[in-house]
Amino acid sequence: MNKHAPKAAKVYEIPKRRVDHLLIADLVDNGSRVLDIGCSDGALLQLLRTNKNIDGRGIEISQKGVNLCVAKGLSVVHGNADHDLVNYPDNAFDFAILSQTIQATYRPKHVLEQLLRISKKAIVSFPNFGHWYIRTQFFFSGHMPVTTTLPKTWYETENIHLCTFKDFVQICNELEASVDKVIALNNNGYKVGVGLPLFLKNLIAEQGVFLLKPKA
Amino acid sequence: MPQALSKQFWIDSAMHSQIASFSEDTPLALECGEHFAPFQIAYQTYGELNQDKSNAILICHALTGDQHAANIHPLTTKSGWWNLMVGPGKPIDTDRYFVICSNILGGCMGSTGPGSINPKTNTFYGPDFPLITIPDMVGAQAKLIEHLGIDTLFSVIGGSMGGMQVLEWATRFKNKVFSAIPIAACAQEAPQNIGFHEVCRQAIMADPDWRDGHYLEHNTHPKKGLAVARMAAHIGYLSKDILSKKFGRNLQDRDNISFGFDADFQVESYLRHQGNKFVERFDANSYLYISRAIDYFDLPGKYGGLVNAFAGTKTRFCVISFTSDWLQPTSKSREIVRALNAVAAKVSFVEIETDKGHDAFLLDEPELFMTISGFLEAAAKARGLNLTSVTAENVRHIP
Repeated sequence: MNKHAPKAAKVYEIPKRRVDHLLIADLVDNGSRVLDIGCSDGALLQLLRTNKNIDGRGIEISQKGVNLCVAKGLSVVHGNADHDLVNYPDNAFDFAILSQTIQATYRPKHVLEQLLRISKKAIVSFPNFGHWYIRTQFFFSGHMPVTTTLPKTWYETENIHLCTFKDFVQICNELEASVDKVIALNNNGYKVGVGLPLFLKNLIAEQGVFLLKPKA
Repeated sequence: MPQALSKQFWIDSAMHSQIASFSEDTPLALECGEHFAPFQIAYQTYGELNQDKSNAILICHALTGDQHAANIHPLTTKSGWWNLMVGPGKPIDTDRYFVICSNILGGCMGSTGPGSINPKTNTFYGPDFPLITIPDMVGAQAKLIEHLGIDTLFSVIGGSMGGMQVLEWATRFKNKVFSAIPIAACAQEAPQNIGFHEVCRQAIMADPDWRDGHYLEHNTHPKKGLAVARMAAHIGYLSKDILSKKFGRNLQDRDNISFGFDADFQVESYLRHQGNKFVERFDANSYLYISRAIDYFDLPGKYGGLVNAFAGTKTRFCVISFTSDWLQPTSKSREIVRALNAVAAKVSFVEIETDKGHDAFLLDEPELFMTISGFLEAAAKARGLNLTSVTAENVRHIP
């Protein structure tokens, strides 16, 4: 067996209380209107409803997820980021949240455009492909990287549009969106590199949360 | 009074229901301009209305449905059409909610329809019955709800044409509908479906027993035409896949094709059976009138766009569609969801994966049950319904 063949990474256990949810909740203002795209079982919306008294809406691709959300009394629509954001009017929300989803969309630029159109502020989180370990793994092994944050092989992953922090900032500039905050996180969702410049965050962060605003 | 009256099944079946009568003093303003009176609405109720009358759910039936949603049907002696959904401990839980299901205006199960006696002529309305619409049906239901002393409905729920009534309720009586579940519905009937309806109507009217709509005076019933209409419509209620799965090209009670026009194939035999069964419980003129009402349903046309129709709504919506439904496909439900999103309504939308087609809402679909029970539960919480406390002490019995 080729020793450089990609190995299945150890199973990434989702903490009972997702740290990135708490972090996102910190960014959301009290009583605001929020759209959570890819809201899964509605955990984040529920957290925001309880702690921030938001008026929340969700979009979820899986039937099971939608059912769980509906049972929690959340208003969630069966759909996906690629197709369904166009249905919302301009500035419909104070915050649109796209958590760990953009890298799996077919048209990330279109999704971002829509996000900035329908909300006053957008919160986007995604795995950082610029992390040093990914870079070295790719450099030395010559294989597509497999890490704890990105545990699937290239042929199994639904992540078809991975990017680095730098790539993301670049597309935000293209879309004339201002990047208000870049929060670098490690694999467990804890902040790293606070205060460091972007190129260093791009090296040490396994994932990130970006707060964007459409340019007025 | 014509002798045929006592022979007509729909007159008898009214006896198994509660009846609300509305006199000349309270006419119903129909969309066609007529002020219709007197009329009666036959209905069933299940469960108990709570003291503050906040737990009432109205169920709206589809084209060929009736008020017998969860009781044994007096004519067919079979379980009600939504027996799987409505009952104690079921998704629409009659231990918790007071459930009302009424026969639509124009129907043939006890509510005033073309088979009823016109008091002005003392003979059957027949083709002289006014052309009623979905809004007219809902107008009549609103009178019933008022008659029951209920101000706000906790939920209005219905599939297919029932879903159209739900949408009519939610757009016209915005403050009287706390939550709404339109299933396999649309806000505007598609031209393809109008085409199907026209085929069904022509089949009925081509039957010599139809007698220009005056068959009741002649003691006939255009059974052949009505059966054909049912057969044609029934194909629309199923999906291509379920027909293939259920029947394939299998032959009925034979080993070889007959080289004739007998029901060689199981699918033919099945449709013939459906047609023949149907004519025993449904009035042909009612079919004409109701199918026409569906054709005319057009919320965006009425309000100048669907967004306008929903403007200002506070109702919580749960829109449901089925993947294999080609009569009211998911795209039609999405139109509703889009408009609701545009007015920032509280809307949930579920597309349920099934091969059972349009009729899936009547069948055993666990995902559908989960969605509805979950949505109602959450809505009940938001409404402040103390569900466990519906007890003998705080229940008000409807006389």
